[in-house]
Amino acid sequence: MMELLDKRLLFVTGKGGVGKSTVALALGLAASERGMRTIVCEVGLQEHASRVFRRAEVGFHEVEMRENLWTISIDPDRALREYLTIQAPVRAMGEMVSRSRVFTYLTAATPGLKELLTIGKIWELAQLDRKVRKARKYDLVLVDAPATGHGIGFMQTPRTFASIARVGPIHAQAEAIGAFITDAKQTGAAIVSLPEEMAVNESELLERELTEEVGVAVDRVYMNGMYPERISDDEAERLRGVSDSVEGGARSAVRAALSERRRATAHRAQLARLEELVRTPVETLPFIFEPQLGVAGLERLAAEVA
Amino acid sequence: MAGVADLLEGKKVCICAGSGGVGKTTTSAAIAAGMAARGKKVAVLTIDPAKRLADSLGLPELGNVERRVDTTALENGGGEGSDELWAMMLDAKATFDEVIAKHAPDEETRDRILENRIYKQLSNALAGSQEYMAMERLFELHQEDRYDLLVLDTPPTRNALDFLDAPRRLTQFIEGRSLQVFMRPTGLGMKLFGRGTSMMFSILRRLTGVDLLEDISEFFQAFSGMVGGFQERAKRVNELLADRHTAFLVVCGPQGEPIEEAVYFHRKLVEAKLPFEGVVVNKVHFESEYEIAPEEDVVGELIEALGDVDLGTRAAASLADHRALARRDRRNIERLRAELRARPVIQVPYLDEDVHDLPGLMEINRYLFATEPERELLAASR
Repeated sequence: MMELLDKRLLFVTGKGGVGKSTVALALGLAASERGMRTIVCEVGLQEHASRVFRRAEVGFHEVEMRENLWTISIDPDRALREYLTIQAPVRAMGEMVSRSRVFTYLTAATPGLKELLTIGKIWELAQLDRKVRKARKYDLVLVDAPATGHGIGFMQTPRTFASIARVGPIHAQAEAIGAFITDAKQTGAAIVSLPEEMAVNESELLERELTEEVGVAVDRVYMNGMYPERISDDEAERLRGVSDSVEGGARSAVRAALSERRRATAHRAQLARLEELVRTPVETLPFIFEPQLGVAGLERLAAEVA
Repeated sequence: MAGVADLLEGKKVCICAGSGGVGKTTTSAAIAAGMAARGKKVAVLTIDPAKRLADSLGLPELGNVERRVDTTALENGGGEGSDELWAMMLDAKATFDEVIAKHAPDEETRDRILENRIYKQLSNALAGSQEYMAMERLFELHQEDRYDLLVLDTPPTRNALDFLDAPRRLTQFIEGRSLQVFMRPTGLGMKLFGRGTSMMFSILRRLTGVDLLEDISEFFQAFSGMVGGFQERAKRVNELLADRHTAFLVVCGPQGEPIEEAVYFHRKLVEAKLPFEGVVVNKVHFESEYEIAPEEDVVGELIEALGDVDLGTRAAASLADHRALARRDRRNIERLRAELRARPVIQVPYLDEDVHDLPGLMEINRYLFATEPERELLAASR
């Protein structure tokens, strides 16, 4: 585990609905509890972290949720403005450019620019020598990455931009970001999967694309939402034996336990498939029987991710 | 309340929308299979389904043409003499290339666009292009009029709204007048953006590098002749979406966030005056599955029946956990119903096994095509 948290930048990826945001936050909590200054980045106007911690929306600000745990929701327009103010020879000039309509058009229309700006900001957060003046230095930057489909494209943007803009500052910047995220010493990825056919298939594909096409090191695969094995095969048989002789709630309980058992068995079968299909070590995370995941559930997961 | 067959009465297009990970692909396939089993000729357009679902539908990896699904496996599986079920896996890139070929005034323009590096990026990576192409293919199939019903599984966008916006965003991009101005920083451009513009362009050039500007500029020049065609097309796609023979179904899960997203999506559809027909909630824990009699001592009864304190306690704990989930689902669905008023909410239970083949789809259909009281009974007797 220490290897995973030893990275400076860690992307938490996976298909939609697998619990990426939750795993990213659980990892953030685990790291912060070890005394590491940690920030969890959300993209695409997501505000998962502030909701779990019952706080006001954070927006494009580094906000501390707990001791050593910050979050930010990255807005590409704001990232562009920040970039320009840093880049422009005179501060006022950068501000003027960023307010102009031409720029609004440029960002809206250039394919992939939004993704590049987002990933550029993530990269900036992970630098020891931050570009933003008087900025905090982080030991670990965690990214709640966009759902796959768009996810691979997202992480590939630095490389694509480096090849589209063959010379010039954008080229140089994209190259630098690309080099950082493909450096296995600095950057890693954790794939989140679910014990379901589709999710397992997609995790295998994602691992292959991340390592072969993007060149990012995949350090961990999480099988999320595993049902508990509360009863054994033998006990299931005994429950089946009494199911006709009990009534009401007792009968409901027999049914709940048996149905949970069938799902738990199916989950183990999918876990075996996943372990067979991927090269990365797989860790399991339990299904949290809670109506709405709160800080307590998150702490339970934080103890398990590490 | 009604099942899917009633909602789709007289409809020619069914669009299943929702965020990723809620079982949208499975629901789309199940609806298509169910309607085919009711004697319709149906095609389902899907994007990247799980391999095994693709296999069971008889689909190869990719391909932009519909294929007939072998439904003989269904004869005993609840199909009522199934009619024709066709399926297609959408290839967004190939569709985009076809659209370019169709709109380009001549071969030279076509090749210039297809070879342009910006275009290659755009057709692969631009958020929204996949969504747009799904609409494009749907529109084309609808024009050809070979099916009674087309079911579209929309792409897994993180934000369920992206795909509604896609045609507009893409035409705006392709229109790109503002950008053409910016490519030629003299004349009109200067007038539009006023003083200070030339300095801005010099900063821009320094930031982007000249190459990038040239590629973009060439791309827009090549595209300029096709703008009209694209706009016209987008207009007609929008008309199809708003047509009274089209039905939007929102698919979601019973947890808080997916429900909120479904509520939001429903509002947007109504605002846009699109024909919203109902919500399908997948993986629901029905309370009727986990009922307890008032004042009942569940643990005591279990212990007595099993003669095992430990096992009885664990079974009771499992029931308590599932009851908590069922309560959550009921509350979330009540919230959804309050929002939708009269429009139906169709609940599909959390089945014990993953669905990835035709018999599995038919199992789901027992719920999708049932009336609400029937669904409760089905779930309780599982």
